[in-house]
Amino acid sequence: MSDHGSTKPPAERRSRPRFTLTRRGFLAGTGVTVAAVTLDCKHGETPGIAHGPAEVLGPGRVPIALRVNGVEKRVAVEPRATLAEALRLELDLTGTKIGCDRGSCSACTVWLDGVPVCSCMTFALDAVGRPITTIEGLAVGERLHPVQEAFIEHDAMQCGFCTPGMIMSCAALLGRNPSPTEEDVRTATSGNLCRCGTYPKVFEATLAAARASRMGKEG
Amino acid sequence: MADEKRRMPVGIVSPSSHFRGELTQVDRAVPSPGEPPAWPVNEKLSVVGKPAQRIDGRLKVTGRARYTADIRLPGMLHARIVRSAHAHARVRSIDTSAAERQPGVRAVHVLHHLRDSAQLTDPSKELASRYPVVRYAGQPIAAVAADTPAQADDAARLVRVDYEPLPFVVDLDDARKPGAPLVFPGPAEQGGSGGGGGGAKGVSQVGNVRGPKRSGPIGAAEPGDPDKGFAAAKVVVEGTFRTQVQTHSAMETHGVVADWKPDMLTVHASTQGTASVRDELAEVFELPKSRIRVVTEFMGGGFGSKFGIGNFGVLATHLSKKAGAPVRLMLDRHEEHTSVGNRPSSVQRIRIGAGSDGKLTALYLETHGTGGVGLGAGAARPAQAMYQCPQLLTEEYDVFTNAGPSAAFRAPGHPQGAFALEQAIDELAEKLGIDPIDLRDRIDVDPDPESGNGDSQSRRIERRLGAEKIGWSKRGKAGSDPGRVKRGIGMAQGLWYRFADLDSACEVRILRDGSVEVLSGVQDIGGGIRTALAQVVAEELGLTPADITVRIGDTTFPPGPGSGGSTTTNSITPPARNAAYQAARSFLGQVAPALGAEPSALALQGGKVVVVGDGGRSLGFRQAAARMRTEQVSATVARPEDYHGVGARKARPAQGRPRLAGYGGVQFAAVRVDTETGIIHVERVVAVHDCGRPLNPLALESQINGGVLQGISYALYENRVLDRGRGLMLNPNFEQYKILGAREVPQIDVVLIEEYRGLSSTDAGGIGEPSTVPTAGAVANAVHNAIGVRVRELPMTPARVLAALAGKEAP
Repeated sequence: MSDHGSTKPPAERRSRPRFTLTRRGFLAGTGVTVAAVTLDCKHGETPGIAHGPAEVLGPGRVPIALRVNGVEKRVAVEPRATLAEALRLELDLTGTKIGCDRGSCSACTVWLDGVPVCSCMTFALDAVGRPITTIEGLAVGERLHPVQEAFIEHDAMQCGFCTPGMIMSCAALLGRNPSPTEEDVRTATSGNLCRCGTYPKVFEATLAAARASRMGKEG
Repeated sequence: MADEKRRMPVGIVSPSSHFRGELTQVDRAVPSPGEPPAWPVNEKLSVVGKPAQRIDGRLKVTGRARYTADIRLPGMLHARIVRSAHAHARVRSIDTSAAERQPGVRAVHVLHHLRDSAQLTDPSKELASRYPVVRYAGQPIAAVAADTPAQADDAARLVRVDYEPLPFVVDLDDARKPGAPLVFPGPAEQGGSGGGGGGAKGVSQVGNVRGPKRSGPIGAAEPGDPDKGFAAAKVVVEGTFRTQVQTHSAMETHGVVADWKPDMLTVHASTQGTASVRDELAEVFELPKSRIRVVTEFMGGGFGSKFGIGNFGVLATHLSKKAGAPVRLMLDRHEEHTSVGNRPSSVQRIRIGAGSDGKLTALYLETHGTGGVGLGAGAARPAQAMYQCPQLLTEEYDVFTNAGPSAAFRAPGHPQGAFALEQAIDELAEKLGIDPIDLRDRIDVDPDPESGNGDSQSRRIERRLGAEKIGWSKRGKAGSDPGRVKRGIGMAQGLWYRFADLDSACEVRILRDGSVEVLSGVQDIGGGIRTALAQVVAEELGLTPADITVRIGDTTFPPGPGSGGSTTTNSITPPARNAAYQAARSFLGQVAPALGAEPSALALQGGKVVVVGDGGRSLGFRQAAARMRTEQVSATVARPEDYHGVGARKARPAQGRPRLAGYGGVQFAAVRVDTETGIIHVERVVAVHDCGRPLNPLALESQINGGVLQGISYALYENRVLDRGRGLMLNPNFEQYKILGAREVPQIDVVLIEEYRGLSSTDAGGIGEPSTVPTAGAVANAVHNAIGVRVRELPMTPARVLAALAGKEAP
């Protein structure tokens, strides 16, 4: 079972919300086509989004810039667009998957400010000015991240649909804890649903990747 | 037919030195002289049987693997389906004008014919209606295509449907009562899909209850007479077992991208059967198959639910035709839960009689189950096929309810059937004072060991291997563990059938630059057939899997089998090997002069063309290929009949019934149960399986892990909940429809035996279904061993455990 209502363990949910509304509350509270957002935006140079106590945006598209995998990308999105939608539809970064679209399967996990988040529960507007890393940005050129290498070696995938999100969760774990226990890996992936049931290999691969990384650093 | 024979290994190789099976060589008649020489056991092969990393692993871990959900075509529109919120209603009228006026909307289509549901045998039993009668909440009505997903969502809400609500029933017990609202006002029928399911024709129906389908032992012409058998019994056990409705919940939802062009319809589909999608498109749109292309490069799981074009695919194709643009239609999670398949529920009343030696004298099983508006709730196969019993009768009933249609789900009927049967057999063992494993040794016997179907033989060894691994000898008496938290061990068995789809073909090409291509319509749904094909062809050509380019999941390639019923490996690897063998013959014929040898003196080994018995004279494979006279040599081969004439399925779709079982599988579970909270924790599972000749132990292990984990999830957590007052699903999501996650994963020990039957040029089979059949039964038997009382209903929630402990009926 996934963690009800929170797909990431507390340590991974450090990021402050920039808006006062949740996505679900926002969607429920607006009409079918008319969307209005009150911004409480304090940081970042944001094309199309001015600073100030309150500004009405939408319902049409708003031009924004997203810093994805180290590159500044300009896109226009409706204020209601999630980060997952913006990545997939506007930037064709389809490695980020949508499995439930309500934060309960973590197939859409990306890093925002280096912290894994469900991109289906994050507004694209919320991600403006903050570094975003997707599965496409995890490898350095052709050199895979140790977790990616280990996933291949240990067969930590079947259909592969949950794999990008799973890897983003496991790679983030190694980033903050180079020597995790299996229990740590379970906690880190407790929000990542894998219907093929590949978890044992995910644990195995992540622990192997941690070992390989430590050896690499020592050697 | 030629009297060609191949000398082949037959028997079992087990990984334990204690229980090595017996291995012999037999001569098998083969269906044609084009069959390659027999392979020896895996130990003597260089690629097959060795762990192989997935050849598409890099694409999957980098996010570059493109699933249907990821397809983007120029000018592509996005579609949204309008669904009924009523569980039963007649549609008076549909007004799409407001939706059509919405910005960005390019097409609207209203559904006039409903697929994937049972249909009235005699449509005149119902008042004529312009639109399909709504029989479940979530039934598709129409669909809208627009420039953006948001525009499609907005417009879909503006489609006005005028419903005349009708009385409905969503509960199995209520639907069986006299006077219950009728789901269908007359007998209804439904055929199966490429994954199984569906119902037999000509079965009687009274009210919502369709049945009984009466059967005897599998393969027998007539059912037995249990009364006679019970009269001869010394011991009788009986019980009623209930199982819930489970949804497939594949991570990638059902969906397509349909691209209608005047000369060609191309459909990217998240499917388990590219051929089944093309067949149904040809039928619905009256197109020649040559003008339809179905592509499934990567797909995010199906578990039996993804065959055919589906209502969503028909809608998307109509929308594309109307709009003159490609249309993407992927379901959302809510629709996925309610409308495109589930495992039917079951209520099973089982009664077993036996002599004091444990030999069964009678078995009677009555099953009722609901697949909503679909058929396929039968759960009696394990009882019909697992144990020898002279007087065996099963009576299966389907009960219609106003709920989404069932679909084939990983071993249709079997996890539910094994949950009841295996607990009843354990009860029998307890009553007789015989160890459950010893009892099974006495009654689990192959009816005809010479037939080539040796699942009892496999299970006999599997029981030994598993018992040793789990520490069966230390198992205590039921309920004997003192204290609040009690531990227990249990086991259960499964069976499945060695199906092959003879509509399976494969082309192998060797190109002049030394590269090798394998082409087939077969799709990889996660089991890893892409990699297995590379292994098989590499073995035949003396190369490595990385040398082989496998292009599959496209109907422009030779027709591939559907991936359902654990048929894929058994269906497509023999033609792949045969094609590689025949392409190699042409290849050697062309390059022989370069080596100054006769083609018959050449062999392909270790990346070289070797002159046999000539002091190792050889030429590299690539260097040899450069000497080819033509740019490529190629062979296309269709799946031959099985050697020895056993077990092959004739053609798509599934026709007839399997004659006998083929695969075994025994699982052991160790659990701890907190008798104060009722929480069950599965600590360990030992899964011992056979699937013919194992091709890729690494991927097989993954698939068995998955079967076990789906089985535990089914046993303890998953449950579709419908609201009796409104007919709506109350948990159509992933937070309230509970699926096992990382924290609930036990230690799993996979033990795979090598089982040689001499049935094809690869002699390999599947593991998808076998790996999930015994799990819930094994967990249930372990729970009984821990707490001393039985939990007879799934999921085994804390409330049910506590009720069982209190000796009360579960809530």
